[in-house]
Amino acid sequence: MRDDFVAELAELAATDERVVLLTGDLGYMVLDVFSSRFPERFFNVGVAEQNMVGIATGLAEAGYVPFVYSIATFATMRPYEFVRNGPVLHNLPVRVVGVGGGFDYGHNGITHFALEDYALMRAQPGMTVLAPADSAQARAAVQATRELPGPVYLRIAKQGTPVPGLNGRFATGRAQLIGEGSDVALIAIGSIAREAQQAAELLAEEGVAATVAVVSTFNPSPVEDLVELLSGVSLAISVETHYLNGGLGSLVAETIAEQGLSCRLIRAGVQDTPRGLAGSQRFLEDRFGLSAGRLAATVQAALDAAPV
Amino acid sequence: MSDLDSTTLADGIRRTVIEQSKRANVGHIGSALSIADILAALYGGTLNLPGDRAQRDRLVLSKGHAALALYAALELTGNMPPGTTGTYCADGTLLGVHPERELDGVDFCTGSLGHGLSIAVGAALAARLEGTPRRTFVVMSDAELNEGSVWEAVMFAAHHGLASLVVVLDLNGQQAMGYTREVLDLSTPAQRWRAFGWDAHELDGHDPAAMQATIEELNCEAGAPHVLIAHTTFGKGVSFMQSVIDWHYLPMTDEQYSQALSELEAAAA
Repeated sequence: MRDDFVAELAELAATDERVVLLTGDLGYMVLDVFSSRFPERFFNVGVAEQNMVGIATGLAEAGYVPFVYSIATFATMRPYEFVRNGPVLHNLPVRVVGVGGGFDYGHNGITHFALEDYALMRAQPGMTVLAPADSAQARAAVQATRELPGPVYLRIAKQGTPVPGLNGRFATGRAQLIGEGSDVALIAIGSIAREAQQAAELLAEEGVAATVAVVSTFNPSPVEDLVELLSGVSLAISVETHYLNGGLGSLVAETIAEQGLSCRLIRAGVQDTPRGLAGSQRFLEDRFGLSAGRLAATVQAALDAAPV
Repeated sequence: MSDLDSTTLADGIRRTVIEQSKRANVGHIGSALSIADILAALYGGTLNLPGDRAQRDRLVLSKGHAALALYAALELTGNMPPGTTGTYCADGTLLGVHPERELDGVDFCTGSLGHGLSIAVGAALAARLEGTPRRTFVVMSDAELNEGSVWEAVMFAAHHGLASLVVVLDLNGQQAMGYTREVLDLSTPAQRWRAFGWDAHELDGHDPAAMQATIEELNCEAGAPHVLIAHTTFGKGVSFMQSVIDWHYLPMTDEQYSQALSELEAAAA
């Protein structure tokens, strides 16, 4: 997904000369597609994320559209107050790009796991959050930023394997549905959506009809789509490589509570701080119940406990 | 625009600071008085502020807690309607203790120390990318140099030779809870900035005409970014506030207010 993102960003820059790319000294080789085409609009600011966001604020005030790039943890948390007092308070079109959300940097250990970026960015009114599920959505998300005059956070995964049935569909503030089963709704955000979709296939083999909803945006959040979906099922499970609080699971819970829906919700996500637990992305996702097999098992157990 | 000379403007800024901080019963008086002459130098002829934003110099008041002095300068130079400072700290005002961009004349929200220089670096970089000669001025506090983010911006500006960037460092030697030499020693600031590749000038921060002359001589087209190390007195102009830590936060009593006003009037006469 990363490579597709950068390629699409270069396409955006080719037609919008306001686009500038800043990196906090990350993206070796990956950013060449942009930097070789637009060397005058590319800055490696050094390992200095606060300054990077501050610079982007000054650039944006003058009319530029800066993309600031780092690993998702460093892009969101080190400069968080600069993001809040800069692009958010000034409502400026700075695009914070966090690469490798969730456990994408699994072997690198806990300092590299971005498990609270949705919550942090979503908490800021006016900060649009885009978390594409696959490469096609990532390209669409880059293009969608054209229409967004305020700040944007993009969580870009390393892997962009297509989510079957999604076919690149993407719209800011909308959820994209795959299937139309009424036994359970699997509501997923980001690249983990592929596991949710595979879980739906596993469930289908057991005679459970699921709908998968791929949510790729907060602020605006696809509340209307969720209400429609959740009104037709008695069980939903939110799926995200993120801590349980503040992200997609919270959005779904808020929607159910505020709309007075009767749907039961299971929040699948990271329950505890994963200390002393490095490993492959696949291992970590499975460890926290986010693999297709474990998601399907969780749904099956819930249905067995309270049959629909 | 203003016909005031910078000294008269500085006197007016001090008076407004005293009057409005008393009316609003708020503090940060000493910090605002500290930069009255600096803002008088900038707004009294140095800043180029045409209507066209592309040509307009930017000012970042990185020590946002001194915004009352900025509001006074904007009002006295006709960049803000007369009487606007009368809403300072009123309910629903655009004039809080720290400046917000919603107020015409304020380019950036500040108030969190260590943020302003990075923004200014971006503003200067934007001017270079556009090929416009506008300059970016930043008024910083000395205690703000405690923030590590400042030095990220210092390094970037020097590395990229942002000559259109001018920092005025308000070296009053004080911070919220003590003197800077006791909290985190900042001695030899010029050496520090020069070591990072900046063009540093030490000057009297209460001599606006001299400050204007120094700025006039800066090469803002090429070379290193500039820092003016402005030696100032916290609470300048009001004897009982000068160099006294309390006046970072305290509001004035009626007696103190009368004395402050009469001292300012005597000095301006």
